[in-house]
Amino acid sequence: MISTGPEPLLTLKGLTKSFGTFKANDAVDLEIFPGEIHALLGENGAGKSTFVKMLYGALQPDAGEMIWRGKAVTIPNPAYARQLGIGMVFQHFSLFEALTVAENVAVALPGDTPLKKVAADLEAVSREYGLPLKAGAHVHDLSVGERQRIEIVRCLLGHPDLVIMDEPTSVLTPQEVDDLFTVLRQLASEGKAILYISHKLEEVRALCERATILRQGKIVGTCIPREETAASIAKMMVGADIHQIRPSKARSQSAQPVLSIRGLSMDSREVFGTRLKDVNLDLYPGEIVGIAGIAGNGQSELFDVISGERLAGRPEQVMLFGHPAGHEDISARRARGAVFISEERLGHATVPTLSLSENVILTRYRVNPGLKSGLFLNRGLAKSLLGTIVEKLDVRKSAEDPAAQSLSGGNLQKFIIGREVLEDPKLIIVNQPTWGVDAGSAARIRQTLVDLAESGAAILVISQDLDELFEFTDRLAAIAEGQLSAFEPVAETNRNAIGLKMSGAFSGVPA
Amino acid sequence: MSDATLILIQAVLLTISTAATPLLLAAIGELVVERSGVLNLGVEGMMVMGAIGGFIGMIVTGNPYIGAVVGVLFGMALSLLFAVLTLTLATNQVATGLALTILGLGLSGLIGEPYVGRSAVRMPVLNIPGLTDLPIIGRLLFGQDLIFYISIALIVGVAWFLFRTPSGLKLRAIGDNPQSAHALGIKVIRTRYLAVLFGGACAGLAGAHLSLVYTPQWTENMSAGRGWIALALVVFASWRPFRILAGAYLFGAVSIGQLHAQALGIGIPSQFLSALPYLATVIVLVLISQNRRLTLINTPASLGKSFVPDR
Repeated sequence: MISTGPEPLLTLKGLTKSFGTFKANDAVDLEIFPGEIHALLGENGAGKSTFVKMLYGALQPDAGEMIWRGKAVTIPNPAYARQLGIGMVFQHFSLFEALTVAENVAVALPGDTPLKKVAADLEAVSREYGLPLKAGAHVHDLSVGERQRIEIVRCLLGHPDLVIMDEPTSVLTPQEVDDLFTVLRQLASEGKAILYISHKLEEVRALCERATILRQGKIVGTCIPREETAASIAKMMVGADIHQIRPSKARSQSAQPVLSIRGLSMDSREVFGTRLKDVNLDLYPGEIVGIAGIAGNGQSELFDVISGERLAGRPEQVMLFGHPAGHEDISARRARGAVFISEERLGHATVPTLSLSENVILTRYRVNPGLKSGLFLNRGLAKSLLGTIVEKLDVRKSAEDPAAQSLSGGNLQKFIIGREVLEDPKLIIVNQPTWGVDAGSAARIRQTLVDLAESGAAILVISQDLDELFEFTDRLAAIAEGQLSAFEPVAETNRNAIGLKMSGAFSGVPA
Repeated sequence: MSDATLILIQAVLLTISTAATPLLLAAIGELVVERSGVLNLGVEGMMVMGAIGGFIGMIVTGNPYIGAVVGVLFGMALSLLFAVLTLTLATNQVATGLALTILGLGLSGLIGEPYVGRSAVRMPVLNIPGLTDLPIIGRLLFGQDLIFYISIALIVGVAWFLFRTPSGLKLRAIGDNPQSAHALGIKVIRTRYLAVLFGGACAGLAGAHLSLVYTPQWTENMSAGRGWIALALVVFASWRPFRILAGAYLFGAVSIGQLHAQALGIGIPSQFLSALPYLATVIVLVLISQNRRLTLINTPASLGKSFVPDR
C-alpha cells in the first residue's frame, strides 16, 4: 500500500495548543498512512491526550494545519471527525453505565437509526471481528474487557478510516491484549490506519510499524519500534536513563507471619461489588508479595478488610503481628506498625483540598504523638515532616505547602508513599502503587519499597500491572471474582500463567 | 347502589384527580430536568409564578386558556433564569434552586397584590358526548378540563420520548455521564437548557391549574408546598414516568380521604391524618423502589453536578 505512491491519510503541521501559559502541544508534526499502525508514545503529561482531542474535534488547536486526504480541514466537533472517518476508542471509557450496550452505541450514531437496527448492526460487526457482545446487556454488569469491546464496535460502526486508540491495554489481561492485537492487525490489513497511544513499550514493539515520541508537548523523535529496545525508546520518552531497580537479596523467612488471613469470606458493601470467597494468605518479614488482578475482582474489598476500613467477621480472620486484629479500627492497626496505601489517591489517601502538611497530620497523628500538643496541632512538625518526605522521594510541587489536588498523579503518589513510610513501618499494604504514574516516579516508588523490604518490612502489593509485579515481587498470586489463587515464587511462574489465573482459571481452594 | 352514592363516588374521584394533577405536572417536568442531570429545587417558585401568571392572564383577557399559556410562560421565564445561572455560569444547583423558590414566592406576592380577592373564570370542563355519562369513571376520564388531559398526555409522551426516541436517549446519556456525552459530540449544555425550560413550563402549567381550576382565585403562597412534594415524588418514583402517575394519584387520594375522615370525626388525631398522605406516599414508593439494581440504572448519576466543557 505504502509503496505505491505514499499518499498520507492525515498530515499534521505545526499543531499547537496552550492552556494559559502552559504549552501542551508545541508545533507537533505527524503523518499517518493508510494501513499502518502508528504508535504515539510519551510519558503522562507529555501532551498525548491534548493532541488526540484535537484530532477528534474535542479541542481546537491554537495554530497549525490538518490535512485529511490531501485537503486542509478544521474539525469543529467530534461528530464532524466521525463524518470525516476518524474514530476514537477512549482511555477512560466514554460509556454510559445506566444504558444498554445497544443504547450506548446508538447514542453516538448520527440521525434516527432505530434501536433494533443498531442492535443488529452491532452484533454483525461484533461477529465479523470476533468481539462477542450482547446488545441488551446493561454496561455496569460487564467486565472491563467487554466494555472496551463496546467502545471498539461503536467506533467501527462509524466506518472510520483512522482509528485512534488511547491506552487501550491498560486494563486488559495478557490474553485480552492478544485478542485486541488480532483485531487491530485485521483492521490494518483492511487499509484502516491506527494511531496507537501507549506508554507500554513491549506492546508497541510487538504491534506498531512506526512510532512518534512526544515529550513535554514536542516531538522528540520517530523510530521503527522493532529496531529499538524498550530501554532505548524509554530513554527518548523520558529524556534520561530510567534507573533500574536493584533486585532484592534472598531473604530468610522467619516462622512468624506479620500478616495472616484465614478463611475470609465477605459480601461487598457496594451494589456491584465483589464477594470475597475464602481468602487465605501469609506475609513474612522481608518479602514483597504481589496480588495480580483486573480491577473490580475484589481487590478493594480485600484492601478494606486488611486496613480496617471494614471489620472482618471474626477477629482472628485478620492476624497482625500475631494478634487477632479483625475487629480493630485503622488507627489501632497503624499503631501496631502497619500502613495502608489506598488505590484512590484523591479523596481516600489524601483530602484533595487540604494542604500537604495537613494531609501528613491526618494519617500520622495517632502514631507520632509529637504532632499534637495538648488540644492543638503541631503544624511546625508537620511541615518539617513534609520537608523530609519531599526530599526523600523527590516530590515536585508548585508551592511550599500546596493543596493535595494540585499535585500531578506521580508526585502525589510519591508524597503518599513517603508519608506512610516515615516511621519505618513493619507492614505495608499498597493497592495499585504506580497506576497512572510516570516511569521515573514509578521506579522511585518501587525502589523505596524494595529498600524497606530489605530492612525487614513485609510488603503486600495489589496491582493490575504485571510488568511491575514481575519486576519486584518475590511471590505472586492472582485474584479473580473474589477468589485468591495459590501463591507461587515469581521465578517459578510466568506472565501467561498469571494472566490465565487473572481470568479466573484456577481451581480448588487456595493454599 | 343508589344514584346518590354513585354521584358521591364520582365527586370524590374528581376531587382526587384535581388534587393530583398539579403534582403530576410539576413532577413530570422535574423528572425530565433531573434525567438530564440537573437538580432544580425551584419547582415551588416556578409553580407559584405559574399560578399568578395564569390568574393575571385570565383576568386581563377573560380567557382561562390564554391565562394558562401566560402561566406556562411565567414558569419558563423563571426556569430560564435558573438555566443561565447554573448551566452557563455553572453556579451551584442546590443553592440556585433554593434561591429560585424564594424569589418566586416573593415576586408572585408582589405582582399578585392587586389581584387578591378577585374572582376568576374557572376553566371549562370538556365533555365527550356519550363517554362522559358512563357510570363512576365517566366524568373522571372524559369530563375534565384541558389541563387534566394534557397532564396524562405528558406522562405518556415523556415516557415515549425518554425510552423510544434518539433525543431521549441522548438526554439520559447526558444525565448519566456528561463528560462522555460531550466527548461523543452530544450538545450537553443545549440539551440541559431545553430540559430546564420544559421543567419550567410544566411547573408553570401546574401553577395555572391551581389558580384556574383547583381554587379559581389568587392567594399568596397558594402553591402551599406542592412543589416540594413534586420534587420528592420524582425521587421516590425512581425517575420513572408511570410511577409518578401512581405516586401523584396515591397522594391525591389519601389527602382527600383524610379530609373526609376528619369531617366524619373519627377518633384519630387530625395531625396524624394530615400527615397521612405524605407517609403513605413515601412508604408505597419506597416499597416499589426496593430493587436497588433497577434504582441504580434509573438514577441520573450526574444529578446536581455542574458541567463545564473543556476549553
